[in-house]
Amino acid sequence: MTRAALFRSALFVLVVALLEILCRVGIIDKLTMQPPHRIVIDLWRILASGSLNAAIAKTLGNAATAFVLAMVVGVASGVVLHRLKLVRETLDPLFATYYAIPIFAFYPLLIILFGLGDAPQILIGFMLGVVAVIVNTLNGLDRVPRTLMKTARIARMGPVATVWSISLPYAAPYILTGAKLAVAYSLIGIIGAEFIMSRGGMGYEISFAYNNFDNATMYPLILLILLVSITINMLLARWEKRLMIRRGQR
Amino acid sequence: MNGAGKAAWLNALRLVVVILAAWQLLYWSVGDVALRSPLATMAFLGKLVSTGPFWAHLGETSRAFAGALLFAIVIGLSVGFLLGLNRFANEVLEPVLVAVYSIPKITLYPILLLMFGLGMSAKVAFGALHGVIPIALFTINAVRNVRPVLIKSARTMGLGPLATVREILLPAALPEIFTGIRIGFALTLIGTLLAEMFASQRGLGFLLMNAIGLHNVDLIMALTFILVAFAATVSSILLFLDRRLHSRA
Amino acid sequence: MSDAASVHVALKGVDKVFERSGRPGDVVHAVGPLDLELRKGEFFAIVGPSGCGKSTLLELIAGLAVATRGEVVFEGKPIRGQIPDGVGVVFQEDACFPWLTVSDNIAFGLRRSRLGKEERHARVEGALTMMGLTAFADSYPAQLSGGMRQRVCIARTLVRQPRLILLDEPFGALDQQTRLLMGDEVLRLWRKTDATVFLITHALDEAAMLADRIGVMSARPGRLIDIVETGWPRERDSRIVQEDAFGTVTARLWRTLREESLKAIGKTGAA
Repeated sequence: MTRAALFRSALFVLVVALLEILCRVGIIDKLTMQPPHRIVIDLWRILASGSLNAAIAKTLGNAATAFVLAMVVGVASGVVLHRLKLVRETLDPLFATYYAIPIFAFYPLLIILFGLGDAPQILIGFMLGVVAVIVNTLNGLDRVPRTLMKTARIARMGPVATVWSISLPYAAPYILTGAKLAVAYSLIGIIGAEFIMSRGGMGYEISFAYNNFDNATMYPLILLILLVSITINMLLARWEKRLMIRRGQR
Repeated sequence: MNGAGKAAWLNALRLVVVILAAWQLLYWSVGDVALRSPLATMAFLGKLVSTGPFWAHLGETSRAFAGALLFAIVIGLSVGFLLGLNRFANEVLEPVLVAVYSIPKITLYPILLLMFGLGMSAKVAFGALHGVIPIALFTINAVRNVRPVLIKSARTMGLGPLATVREILLPAALPEIFTGIRIGFALTLIGTLLAEMFASQRGLGFLLMNAIGLHNVDLIMALTFILVAFAATVSSILLFLDRRLHSRA
Repeated sequence: MSDAASVHVALKGVDKVFERSGRPGDVVHAVGPLDLELRKGEFFAIVGPSGCGKSTLLELIAGLAVATRGEVVFEGKPIRGQIPDGVGVVFQEDACFPWLTVSDNIAFGLRRSRLGKEERHARVEGALTMMGLTAFADSYPAQLSGGMRQRVCIARTLVRQPRLILLDEPFGALDQQTRLLMGDEVLRLWRKTDATVFLITHALDEAAMLADRIGVMSARPGRLIDIVETGWPRERDSRIVQEDAFGTVTARLWRTLREESLKAIGKTGAA
């Protein structure tokens, strides 16, 4: 482990220890926060009892759906837009300012349109992720060297075959960057929507626990989401790095 | 640059027309049960801005947003400079910033509510939490990417460390720092709004959520429109300034 | 030997060792031990294989780096980590400040001086004229070519009227024709300012054409293995390449340098 990583781990342990002490001594009261060790034990208890399995499955399932939608529509749109120059140019300002727009502001509208089910949440997750995928796909396709495209023409490959066998594989690392973002955005979208207004899922459970002063449930769930989110993002980042190194692009 | 500038304007105009057309088409296919036409929304908006309560809510959101942005910028720049200038601190803490950047921060909001209580402080803290990270990350990058030859030149011209930071480091890092602030602006707005949508009795976010229960489609469309239009417009202006700053570098 | 009054810069037993990582003992012996005397007003060039420490040597003379052993003396006073007054440095990379116009860049060189407003203005105008930049005074560096940006950096150094000018491969990024013309300009400036000029270059013909004396450095750790006197007249320009003696000088440089260059490649090739 590098010196910096060691230091970071030590810092983390220090902070947790500090919280533990402050909680036990009573400076942080029980209504605000539980001692860290209690949170971990409660999390274990909840997971073991399986009482929240339905909520976890719902959240992760919806997030996965939103992610797949964002990837499929995103990559396909990216491929199409790459060829339709005028459309791409017209949409360019939209892509440039898209992530400045509060997409969650559309949630009420989606609820009115589709009712309070899974659809509005999945759509929010989709809307958040799809543009990241499109932009990164376009970026990757832009970088396909002309020599590769010429090779395809000489081999008499049609446009579909070229895209499938040459352009997309070349652009894969960049598409992966988009996927990484889409995963994060899908989770953020689903959980955020569940928080604001929902009938189930992890976000809903945390919100419910908060409104019922149930810290014993709320904190473990927050910890769980943090752990899941950080782990997924870390794994994806490592995969992305490996792909880039293999291609000599880092 | 004027030819390219004009082309960009026309392009943006074209986009706005396309969006309005798509909106109108969507309205025609769904109907009044769930949507309003662009015209109807503007009309309602006109009526809305003449009502007192609207301004009270707008004021609440604006105050929260301004406060959050101020904190985000001050803290973000400070952390960014600290980590940008100190290599070891950066190695230790930057991964933490990156990790926090990608988690669903809304999950942390209940903790903030318990810490700050219901009200303005929690909103400001939550909004600032969203904006501070990109500002810090971009500032770190900006400071670290200042070309060493510029610092060396400053030294050969007799500038001490403080003067070097003020007269070389800052101007050299400014374009990248501005990008961070631009993104931080947008994310702070999103964070503030999210806080209001989850747990607040005042503000535009609250109004928006409240309208669902009342099935007030006019209000939902008008509010969504203002928020999106405001964010898009300010962001575009900031983006324009951003590009100009970068063109000189 | 040269008398004390005419020695502008003296390096005595200079050694420079860099630490590579945090571990003790993991060091790079960049330069030395090295002795060198620069005469006042002369044009001295340094050539050597890549990685031999030429830039390190320049930084030691400029005061940007501190010698691990030995002493660097400028105008009779030892330098110990502070940049002495009267020294100007032009680096290999573009060092223009992108946020300032050309004239503001040049004027920046006078920021720390105690000159009055009129004197400053006069000097900036003079530098603009000397480097042929008057038409671009209000342009930004991003709008200029690489060669012009280097001229701005040279002008920025000149406004301080340095007595010693250090140039670290200033024309490295330019094409051959531009390099030759820039060489003429440097000679012109050298004559006009009466400064001592210390130039680092990897181009043997450039060194042979420009310098009064040329030092040849060995592969790392860089030491001086030869000093060639060209004996050119002060009023010279790039047409000196037509002289027979030019070929002799270049040949002598390459004879010494070729072996050192092979050593340098051998070392890096194995890595």
